[in-house]
Amino acid sequence: MAGFDKRVASYEEAMEGIESGMTVIAGGFGLCGIPENLIAEIKRRGVTDLTVVSNNCGVDGFGLGILLEDRQISKILASYVGENALFEKQMLNDEIEVVLTPQGTLAEKMRAGGAGIPAFYTATGYGTPIGEGKEVREFNGRHCILEEAIVGDFAIVKGWKADRYGNVMYRHTAQNFNPMAATAGKITVVEVEEIVEPGELEPSQIHTPGIYVDRIIQGTFEKRIEKRTVRS
Amino acid sequence: MALTREQMAQRVARELQDGFYVNLGIGIPTLVANYIPDGIDVMLQSENGLLGMGRYPTEDELDPDMINAGKETVTARPGAAIFSSAESFAMIRGGHVDLTVLGAFEVDQQGNIASWMIPGKLIKGMGGAMDLVAGADNIICTMTHASKHGESKLLEKCELPLTGAGCINRVLTDLAYLEIKDGAFILKERAPGVSVEEIVEKTAGKLIVPDHVPEMTFDAE
Repeated sequence: MAGFDKRVASYEEAMEGIESGMTVIAGGFGLCGIPENLIAEIKRRGVTDLTVVSNNCGVDGFGLGILLEDRQISKILASYVGENALFEKQMLNDEIEVVLTPQGTLAEKMRAGGAGIPAFYTATGYGTPIGEGKEVREFNGRHCILEEAIVGDFAIVKGWKADRYGNVMYRHTAQNFNPMAATAGKITVVEVEEIVEPGELEPSQIHTPGIYVDRIIQGTFEKRIEKRTVRS
Repeated sequence: MALTREQMAQRVARELQDGFYVNLGIGIPTLVANYIPDGIDVMLQSENGLLGMGRYPTEDELDPDMINAGKETVTARPGAAIFSSAESFAMIRGGHVDLTVLGAFEVDQQGNIASWMIPGKLIKGMGGAMDLVAGADNIICTMTHASKHGESKLLEKCELPLTGAGCINRVLTDLAYLEIKDGAFILKERAPGVSVEEIVEKTAGKLIVPDHVPEMTFDAE
């Protein structure tokens, strides 16, 4: 690795330094735009007691769901976790702590974490169980609760194209949480479908500037579809 | 007769205005997209980061990177925009969405809504619902008026944990179209063949019944 070249040679190298007990922020919505090979590498390494921050927790046998098989996740912050039988079982047995977080608040927690904003006020969740125990202030006649930012030891991100310097573009709605996740990792690892030379990506079209990215790797992706809906 | 799901969607669709940006929740709200009136252009927002959701794809168009908030494969219509989740909720929380339609378990006369959690049952999460109800000024709640056992879901005070406080101002049930104002439900329209008496009987919260309550009409289809 030289200068701004963020490429790593293997998935093993991509996740070097991850340890049990760490917080991992993951991009993706459902199974769309998830860093599926980086998740598989976390499984291979067998680290446990992870706190995972992700909108969802994959499905049985795919995505973050595979980390449940060996009970590698002890805590998860997510907005919706209902697609996964193993997850339900571990939740009901209190084997996994679930902090349900409104989707927009989750995105903003990541964004704030990456942007150096320690906390923010939002009307989302006021008057609900989510607001209980949180500081309340009134702004312009609206009650708001204080929500704290999140920073991860690692952020794992799925991009479409990147250059060697770690400038990343996402494809269609596979963007979702990935740009915020990318900003919020102490170590941010991005896997992409194609790595190109600096200068090949239009600078104004970059979604995640390389300054946020520590490691990039090119992979191949299954891209499993969760709900296949077609018109005839 | 109580409204069918399709009739409920049809009735909600009449609240659409040309140029509206609209977020449709899962279930009956999703069906509203099938009844957008002719001559009206609306842009559907999907909170995973798509403004301008199009039709379901053909087999040839199917793309795993193109889904809606219900995780269904979709297309983008001409003039669509795609963005991050933070941007999407900036639109929602910032009040830029003109109309939000979502389902509920209960609403009450103070405009509180409960839609995400039944204690003792499995809790799957609120997704974007709390952000949507906190951010929107213009929300229509679609729900059945009463449970299968006849218990009202339009209450004096919600019994289930809330999704949002004081945020709902319009409700369409299978029996009636109501507004919520100053701590009461106001009966605006009733389903064809449904009597005011039945609606009164099935509304546990404070209900104001005007002298004349028009009956909804639907074109034969």
